[in-house]
Amino acid sequence: MADLTINGKTFTLDVEPDTPLLWAIRENAGLTGTKYGCGIAQCGACTVHIDGVATRSCGVSVGEAAGKKITTIEGLASGNALHKVQEAWIAQDVPQCGYCQSGMIMAVAALLSEKPKPTDADIDEAITNICRCGTFQQVREAIHTIASA
Amino acid sequence: MNKHVSPRMNRRAFVIGTAAVGAGLAIGLDIPFGGPAVVRAADGSPEIGAWVVVRPDDTVVIRIARSEMGQGSLTGLAQLVAEELECDWSKVSTEYPTPGQSVARKRVWGDFSTGGSRGIRSSQDYVRKGGATARVMLIQAAAEAWKVPASECTVANSVITHAPSGKTTTYGKVAEAAAKLTPPADVKLKDPKDWKLIGKGVKRLDTAEKTTGTMIYGIDVKLPGMLNAAIKDCPVFGGKLKSFDEAKITGMMGVKKVVKVGDTAVAVVADTWWHAKTALEALPIVWDEGDNAKVSSESIAKWLTEGLANEQPAYVGNKNGDAKAAIAGAAKKIEAVYSYPYQNHATMEPMNATAVYTADKCEVWCGTQNGEAAFAATLEASGLPAEKCDVHKVMPGGGFGRRGQTDYVRQAVLIAKEMPGTPIKLLWSREEDMAHGRYHPITQCKMTGAFDADNNLVALHYRLSGQSILFSLRPEALQNGMDPAAFQGVAQTGEAAFGYSVPNLLVEHAMRNPHVPPGFWRGVNVNHNAIYMECFMDELAQAAGQDPLEFRRKLMGNHPKHLAVLNAVAEKIGWSTPAPQGIYRGIAQVMGYGSYVAGAAEISVTDGNKIKVHRIVASTDPGYVVNPAQVERQIAGSFVYGLSALFYGGCTVKDGKIEQTNFDTYNSMRINEMPKVESVMVPSGGFWGGVGEPTIGVAAPAVLNAYFAATGKRIRSVPLRDQNITFA
Repeated sequence: MADLTINGKTFTLDVEPDTPLLWAIRENAGLTGTKYGCGIAQCGACTVHIDGVATRSCGVSVGEAAGKKITTIEGLASGNALHKVQEAWIAQDVPQCGYCQSGMIMAVAALLSEKPKPTDADIDEAITNICRCGTFQQVREAIHTIASA
Repeated sequence: MNKHVSPRMNRRAFVIGTAAVGAGLAIGLDIPFGGPAVVRAADGSPEIGAWVVVRPDDTVVIRIARSEMGQGSLTGLAQLVAEELECDWSKVSTEYPTPGQSVARKRVWGDFSTGGSRGIRSSQDYVRKGGATARVMLIQAAAEAWKVPASECTVANSVITHAPSGKTTTYGKVAEAAAKLTPPADVKLKDPKDWKLIGKGVKRLDTAEKTTGTMIYGIDVKLPGMLNAAIKDCPVFGGKLKSFDEAKITGMMGVKKVVKVGDTAVAVVADTWWHAKTALEALPIVWDEGDNAKVSSESIAKWLTEGLANEQPAYVGNKNGDAKAAIAGAAKKIEAVYSYPYQNHATMEPMNATAVYTADKCEVWCGTQNGEAAFAATLEASGLPAEKCDVHKVMPGGGFGRRGQTDYVRQAVLIAKEMPGTPIKLLWSREEDMAHGRYHPITQCKMTGAFDADNNLVALHYRLSGQSILFSLRPEALQNGMDPAAFQGVAQTGEAAFGYSVPNLLVEHAMRNPHVPPGFWRGVNVNHNAIYMECFMDELAQAAGQDPLEFRRKLMGNHPKHLAVLNAVAEKIGWSTPAPQGIYRGIAQVMGYGSYVAGAAEISVTDGNKIKVHRIVASTDPGYVVNPAQVERQIAGSFVYGLSALFYGGCTVKDGKIEQTNFDTYNSMRINEMPKVESVMVPSGGFWGGVGEPTIGVAAPAVLNAYFAATGKRIRSVPLRDQNITFA
């Protein structure tokens, strides 16, 4: 059993402490917005915030995450008000298949909370998620739109 | 109704409707419904023909048979219907009919297959007729209610107006009456000059859920009592499962059952997928790998190289004059051999499907590019008849051709059959996905070009050796053994025609089919044919001492549409003006999927092996552009996919198995490596070409040609990582 604080709510989950956080979030907490892409922290589809830091949840165990504040894509909005990254993603039609976009949005939200006006170089350094559809152009443009708002 | 997930129709109304209409329905062309038996959607709203449901509040539901997988066809197809329907676009939503429903209605929604960039081009005619038919019926219903001639009524944004009397009504108000009318025998489609919605870059209809984590992909399907399965198929293609030691994992956390899947695979079923995967990794498995275990990349390459020799038999795909004689007698000739490797689709979401089987019913939920093929696989694996099966399409996390195959559907049904009544979600690990792709086929190509004394190209011999996709996946499409698709981009005529006139031309294919299963990988045979032809065209220009663009232009006089897109990229990249200091340019063109495309790149190279792409330009003439915003995204996305394959891709074979296991060994471009793609759309009208795939063909040769301009070195094999060349 493990207690995880996800999106401000405490989940008491029947899960072994060495289970990757990704699978505890998806299968035990039932929050499927966080995606599995590689399981080896390469692609970023499983990115969540742990104490505000963008983290690939497939590479973190439940034991390591216990006691920390975890935010998933489902918890990014404040009530009915979407996060500015989500709003920009909709306004600029960023996603194609959309599978990687939960992780992409979480990575971008973390970047913007640290650097509200990122340069292209900042984006290049911080956003290392794989998108096989190739939405990078729209991702970059949407980040700049948010930054200049 | 949950759009994009499974539309739920009223089964009873559906059966009545089918019986009332009877036989003789052309596929989608003839909108059969109406008459006394109204067909209703799940919420009771009437169908106005098979493609359109109108609700009392004027919202319109447009049925989409093809699959959305990120390419935007869902929105584009809805635009086509809405254009003719004259409905309020802000009130449009979409839904997928299931393949089972379609089959029960004599395939009223036509082909579900979403590959070959055909989503829009192959159904544009009948879906527009679907919209037009519904419009005519809705107007007719209003006119009858008002007792005025329908010809005096006009419609815009779902509002019908009878100007002489000043009466107005809306689609929602007349839908019930319209649904009872007999559909018109024929409808006239709008002249393209009158289009208002087609050609407009409206926003996609499926974005919001993709930003909040609420879009349901196959991996996210949840059913009551569902268990999860992880699978391992024999890593050597063609090998078999010999045995496994179930006792070693009995009692492991959550494990419910260990299942042999067909002759080749074993699956562990557990409460969670993590438990299933953990137990599967601990399961001792013995494979009967068979003779294919002796095959390696080296042995495949050797076999293909043998096929390049003229003495070996080959299929002739395109020919004029006598290339061999002209080459033999030429003043000057050059020759080069190129190669292109296997590639994995590596969709972000690994293959998966959820199935529930009982003796009376088998249902599947999955992302698929071909609902009907998934349905056929469900029938075959379950052994149940069509009326007892169905497939519910959910959003695929990428397709790129991989999800046109149904291996994962079959596996899920076979596992579910072992546990009747229990829903089983089968999910492949990334490693399984890398090991069991349907790979871009492997080929080599020897090209020989000959010049006369004035440096005019007089002959070209293009000799491919390698794998045929159709041989493996659609043998019925072979023509006396020949795979016509192998000549995509270098074919004599058709939707992938060669864009040059050469007095003596021979294009041929020595078919060599290694055991690695090939598949339709975004762009398919255009990928390697465009690299081979366009890089060699640069070599020919160099040998002739001419500018690569000017050299091409001289051969393209009879190919004005190919030339127009080439000129468009040349202008956009500024070919006629010198490149900035340290920047080098490359250019390429090809035709595929009915569209003409060209690309041009500006790169710099440091230390001879670090490439920075500063600019990359694409041009396309797909005839008509339905949604320019989405076409632009498809062009940019295809470049990311194509350049990822060029720089990082390539699947190699050792001991009969694919060596690459995950994104650490099969990398993909990131945002820092991708320049903005500058798109130039030059739709010339009068035809419908594809969009998702063709442009992928020109990204790699444009960059390779620029690399030569920068370094003087030709790169004749892919991927660049094998040659220690990477992004700066």
